Amino acid sequence: MSTNLEHLYRQVIMDHYKSPFNKGLVDDPNYYTVHLHNPTCGDDMTVQYKVDHGVVTDIKHQGTGCSICCSSASVMSITLKNKSKQNALNIIEAYYKMLTNEPYDKNILNGDAIAYHGVSQFPARIKCATLAWKAIEKGLLENKEE
Amino acid sequence: MLDVKVIRQNFPIYEHNKDLVYLDTGASSLKPKAVIDQVDHYYSNLGVNVHRGVYGLSYEATDLYEEARTTVAKFINANFDEVVFTRGTTASLNMVAQSYLSVLKEGDEIITSELEHHSSMLPWLNVSKKTNAKLNYVKLNDEGRITVEAFKDVLTTNTKVVALTYVSNVMGYITPIEEIIKLAHEVGAVVIVDAAQAAPHMPINVKSLDCDYLAFSGHKILGPTGIGVLYGKKHLLDQMEPSEYGGDMVDFVVKDNAKWKDTPYKFEAGTPIISGAIGLSSAIKYLMSIGFEAIEAHTKELHRYTLEKLKDIKGIEVYNSKSDTGIITFNIIGVHPHDAASIFDKNKVCIRAGHHCAQLITKWLGQIATLRATLYIYNDYEDCDRFIDSVKETIDFFNQF
Repeated sequence: MSTNLEHLYRQVIMDHYKSPFNKGLVDDPNYYTVHLHNPTCGDDMTVQYKVDHGVVTDIKHQGTGCSICCSSASVMSITLKNKSKQNALNIIEAYYKMLTNEPYDKNILNGDAIAYHGVSQFPARIKCATLAWKAIEKGLLENKEE
Repeated sequence: MLDVKVIRQNFPIYEHNKDLVYLDTGASSLKPKAVIDQVDHYYSNLGVNVHRGVYGLSYEATDLYEEARTTVAKFINANFDEVVFTRGTTASLNMVAQSYLSVLKEGDEIITSELEHHSSMLPWLNVSKKTNAKLNYVKLNDEGRITVEAFKDVLTTNTKVVALTYVSNVMGYITPIEEIIKLAHEVGAVVIVDAAQAAPHMPINVKSLDCDYLAFSGHKILGPTGIGVLYGKKHLLDQMEPSEYGGDMVDFVVKDNAKWKDTPYKFEAGTPIISGAIGLSSAIKYLMSIGFEAIEAHTKELHRYTLEKLKDIKGIEVYNSKSDTGIITFNIIGVHPHDAASIFDKNKVCIRAGHHCAQLITKWLGQIATLRATLYIYNDYEDCDRFIDSVKETIDFFNQF
């Protein structure tokens, strides 16, 4: 099997795909909900998060899509949980930079999210790897005053 | 079988991509040198406007452009003045639907199907919402086909418009359109045929079909992108309002009135896609030199060969094993189409993954998305083998996790 594909489909990614963290939505008005989908491929993602005193204390997700899309929702949830809103936005930016092979701040982006570095070799898949991240980013930017 | 080695010599893309396996003709076909040369000839040697200039170059460009209309007319057995050049099938179908906004009213009915490409049904969904005309869907049979019987079930004396595909871009089925047209005409309805997938595959004869409108695109029949055709019966086009107003579509203008040119020119406002039209003409001539009989025999044989090999592979679902054309729509069980597509991509096997601009049939199949391979004149057994290898590799690759 080509090394390239192994860069894309790392074991850690497939583990998150098969056994995701924080999957399932809640019916709780304290959570903010953002729904995004990718009309060209049919990937569909709903992300919920809760902010307490400027800190993202919980993140939930539910969606359908490819392994890169679904696993990245799980990874996003564990990466951004318990981060301040501004910190979360900075991490999201670092994640986008990593996916486009630009220099990014390795001090703030670490853990399982690094496994997605290989996506930069597959430009067609960047939109899969970012859907859940775009969803929470949208929510955080829409609700600056929270 | 066609001599694919010889055919590929006519397609420069194979010079630059020696190991290309192109199985996405359903989305867009490759372009032969004859088409590229003709487009190049226009830009290199002519490069001027049509219908306007009173100088030699403009006459020459106009001649080529109008010759292209003649070529298209012969290709579908239409009259010269029934051929309108458009941007593509989407533009053609929208143009017709728009013109019915002022014709249809509450109580009228439109028939379409879940097999349609978005460009065949969405324009009518819009007309239906704006006019309150009812939109009815032909119930597909167990295989996902449009049948004459199911069509009869939705046809009423209130039916005014029937908008159906000739060949499905997902299932590859040929619609029994000739019989449907006869029935529709009995209740006085007009029939609009989406021939985007039919045009590369089979001869089209608008006179024997007796269809009222028919549309297809250049880029799916070896021609350039950005050019398409709307055929309409002369008396219908004469009644139809122009969809755009501007240069070249008008006969005379006064401050409070204007008179349009005759069809087809009243539908071609502005500078047309000159290079596209004459490139399309070359594409049609190229296709005719091969002949539809040979095209059909070739794609059918490759289709049979590929299906036979797919049968032996466990873990895949083929949704249209009875396809009438070279379209194979399938999924690898447990693997999302976009995950699978990356393996095919790595192996330089170009297939389509997604809902193919036909969300209704994808839903009908109970899928979020599917994979689609289309076989055409430049494909050979080796392409089919490499496609099969990629299918197997995808299954093995995702099994390891």
